Amino acid sequence: MMIAKKISQIQTLIIDGKEVGGRSDETILQVARENDIFIPTLCHLDGLSEYGGCRLCIVHVKGLPRLVPSCTTLVREGMEVTTNSEDIIEYRKGILSLLFAERNHVCSVCVSNGHCELQWLALKLGITHVEFPYIYPKMPVDATHDRFIADHNRCVLCGRCVRVCHEVEGAHTKDVMGRGITSRVITDLMNNWGESNTCTGCGKCVHVCPTGALSEKGKSVAEMEKRRQFLPYLKRMRERS
Amino acid sequence: MTYEELLEIAKIENEKKAQYVHTINVCVAAGCMSCGSQELLDAFRREIEKRGIENWCKAKGVGCLGLCTAGPLIAIEPDGIIYKAVKPSDVHDVIDALGGEPVKRILCPSDMSFFTKQQKIVLENFGKIDPERIDEYIASGGYQSLYLALREMSPSMVIDQIVKSGLRGRGGGGYPTGLKWTTVMKASGSQKYVICNADEGDPGAFMDRSVLESDPHRVLEGMAIAGYAVGADKAFIYVRAEYPLAIKRLRKAIAQAEHLGVLGRGIFNTPFNFDIKLRLGAGAFVCGEETALISSIEGNRGTPRPRPPYPAEYGLWGCPTLINNVETFANVPAILRNGSQWYSSFGTEKSKGTKVFALAGRIKNTGLIEVAMGTTLREIVFDIGGGIPDGSKFKAVQTGGPSGGCITEAFLDQPVDYESLAKLGSIMGSGGMIVMDDTSCMVDVAKFFVEFCMTESCGKCVPCRDGSAQMHYLLDKISRGHGNTNDLHSLEKLCELVKNTSLCGLGMTMPNPVISTMHYFRDEYLAHIHDKTCPAGVCNIKGGRK
Amino acid sequence: MEKIKFATIWLDGCSGCHMSLLDIDERLLEVFSKVELVYGPLVDFKEFPRGVDVTFVEGAISSNEDEEKILEIRNKTKILVSFGDCAVTSNIPGMRNYCKIKDIMQRAYIENADIKDKTPNIGIPHLMPQSRPIHEFVTVDVFLPGCPPPADVIYYTISELVEGRIPDLTGRTRFGQ
Repeated sequence: MMIAKKISQIQTLIIDGKEVGGRSDETILQVARENDIFIPTLCHLDGLSEYGGCRLCIVHVKGLPRLVPSCTTLVREGMEVTTNSEDIIEYRKGILSLLFAERNHVCSVCVSNGHCELQWLALKLGITHVEFPYIYPKMPVDATHDRFIADHNRCVLCGRCVRVCHEVEGAHTKDVMGRGITSRVITDLMNNWGESNTCTGCGKCVHVCPTGALSEKGKSVAEMEKRRQFLPYLKRMRERS
Repeated sequence: MTYEELLEIAKIENEKKAQYVHTINVCVAAGCMSCGSQELLDAFRREIEKRGIENWCKAKGVGCLGLCTAGPLIAIEPDGIIYKAVKPSDVHDVIDALGGEPVKRILCPSDMSFFTKQQKIVLENFGKIDPERIDEYIASGGYQSLYLALREMSPSMVIDQIVKSGLRGRGGGGYPTGLKWTTVMKASGSQKYVICNADEGDPGAFMDRSVLESDPHRVLEGMAIAGYAVGADKAFIYVRAEYPLAIKRLRKAIAQAEHLGVLGRGIFNTPFNFDIKLRLGAGAFVCGEETALISSIEGNRGTPRPRPPYPAEYGLWGCPTLINNVETFANVPAILRNGSQWYSSFGTEKSKGTKVFALAGRIKNTGLIEVAMGTTLREIVFDIGGGIPDGSKFKAVQTGGPSGGCITEAFLDQPVDYESLAKLGSIMGSGGMIVMDDTSCMVDVAKFFVEFCMTESCGKCVPCRDGSAQMHYLLDKISRGHGNTNDLHSLEKLCELVKNTSLCGLGMTMPNPVISTMHYFRDEYLAHIHDKTCPAGVCNIKGGRK
Repeated sequence: MEKIKFATIWLDGCSGCHMSLLDIDERLLEVFSKVELVYGPLVDFKEFPRGVDVTFVEGAISSNEDEEKILEIRNKTKILVSFGDCAVTSNIPGMRNYCKIKDIMQRAYIENADIKDKTPNIGIPHLMPQSRPIHEFVTVDVFLPGCPPPADVIYYTISELVEGRIPDLTGRTRFGQ
């Protein structure tokens, strides 16, 4: 809370050749979005802590030896940021392709078809096919909860559900287990969701999920629309108190 | 504890030592232990007792003697005789030969390059003191640097010495240690922490383990000095649970140091308190990455987080935290004792001091060595390491663990320091050095290291999690003879992607073995692809399945 | 203007993409004034001819017959279009990929059979362990994703190809349209 009240200075910087201004406690991503500069994201969500895992929001900052994630890099006076150079666009496409090849994203029969951030990003970044060989892993579907379904075939491990459950709902029902490509979002200590003692059934995880990995029961193909307007509102209310 | 008391302990210990005409130092580090050095030590003790020569002859366990390939090793002090591959049946002859002609059949020439070409700072007490007795460490000058720091130097004077010594992080990154200390000292916060990173996970690397097993107090002293310099009173050693002997000795060392009052509250009658606690890693390689390590100590899943903010500003539980590697801390007491000028007289312009390496693979003298920075790879491999056994031909040396690159014959005359290794597409890393001869297939080697990183990736960021799996798929395909030139191109692109976009060092450096083998050994890749043969005869191409 | 030789084929798919092709409705007349349909499920030719200009391939590669066909088509076609999600991603056919063939057969022909519960084995191609997208077997020139791709995009694609241009499908169609 102290940090929020700290006086922040106005910084001017250049993003893609455009002169913009931002507060010193704002990230490159925030300032870019305020100025209608497109940077794709997947793990970032307004109202949740930054995760830095999807790497889609990488940008180039003049003078830095490496690409940096714009979601965690604060703006500085005189910064020169490039968000859309050729290699960055190639890397983003590569990362998104890796995600498509990782699990079984069968869009045509997905509850989130047409409302999916992964699908939308592929369209936006112009991915018409995936060059990497598909892995086709066998993934479980947890339909033990009364109202929700967790379909790990569609999960991109963005960690939004884990964060919203921990940071906003305060239940910490969801977490991640395992390593590398075998890691998976779990409920409690790898129990069935329906048997969880900690889950409050609030459904926030379902609505922050970018894909069809978490959905409400009773929704058919392309019917699952996510509503997450509550999140920035909750965050603002908390910061005020 | 006062200075006088410290000197008194040293005096008594040295007098005790002088009473023995011969001391038989039996290596009891993990390498020799595994080939029976504990039984050997017991056999020596029994024999000495049987002969009734306890007054002038003593057998004791000591830290690593270095030449692990020829264990169990023993050293006769003060004669300077080293015996190798000693069996309990040799005990009789060894004791008979004391003071006279050494036993030829097990004699290890102590003038061999393996011993003479080394420069020991971190390893100075190795093979000399009993790691389980603090008195012996004190007798060799131990804890005097801590006294010096606490009583005669201000924190900034200590840091000044470290800055001037030119010491750089020995965990692999090579970040200037003095600069790191300064940042933590200047960071605001009433609570600060010191963490010793002993989560050594590189395949073939055992430097940190040996230091902890052979001279644990040196690390504790270095940490306490660091704590004083940066203003921290609590410290953690994050050591992997797979090192039971190191953990046992560390526990013992901490208990002894606390008992004597060189750790704990009011050290040397100053207001400086310093507590060290152990935390055991559960076997995740990524926890060697500092932010993942911190997360693990906090009790969370060991995953890295983006930096900045760096741990120096925002570390353990959000407090400023100094994280250094075992070897870095082990250098500190010697720097304070002998001065920064002395230390910076070793090494090259930008890389000062010495570096410990673990020699492994196809090399005669497998073991632990310490050389001055700037020593050439040729000296390390062929002089100290004794070259390649069985008349095979040297092919490459891989430095820096699973994320290092392979260096070929043509570059063997390069001096070993942070910059020149980086220029060759490899890294210093923590100090693992794996030597390969012509029986190694470089595609297979690359596949091995990628597989290691694939299974050790934490899964947080996409390029590392999925990129490693796709790289492994392609390498596997090539090694089974199903690859085509397109695959080579895809592999190159994938390496670039993973290298440039991963979240932490694990992902950023993971492609190094692939990039460097594709660069230096492209012909081997092409042989797998075009001729469907493995030049080294390692990959099973015929029996492969599409 | 000489008509371009146009072929379509339907491998492991549901024919939905071909339906969508028909959904370009009256524009079909315009298209067929410019192309000559030389092969496809809509016409009755036994052999895939040589020298085809454009082939639309619907469906994934799931059997040894599919593989033979796609290799033959690639040999005889200038521009190969991966037509629809099954061809581009293996889509629905790929959903069996983590199962054993034996289990799939058991499920389809024994467990769910009303009569004659017997696995067919005579005169039918062998299933491959996995259904894979076309571009893992041959080079593909144009990717046209969608389940099915919208008629408008199909029309656009054909129109561009007829004019000798490679269509830019970025942002026009997506997986699972």
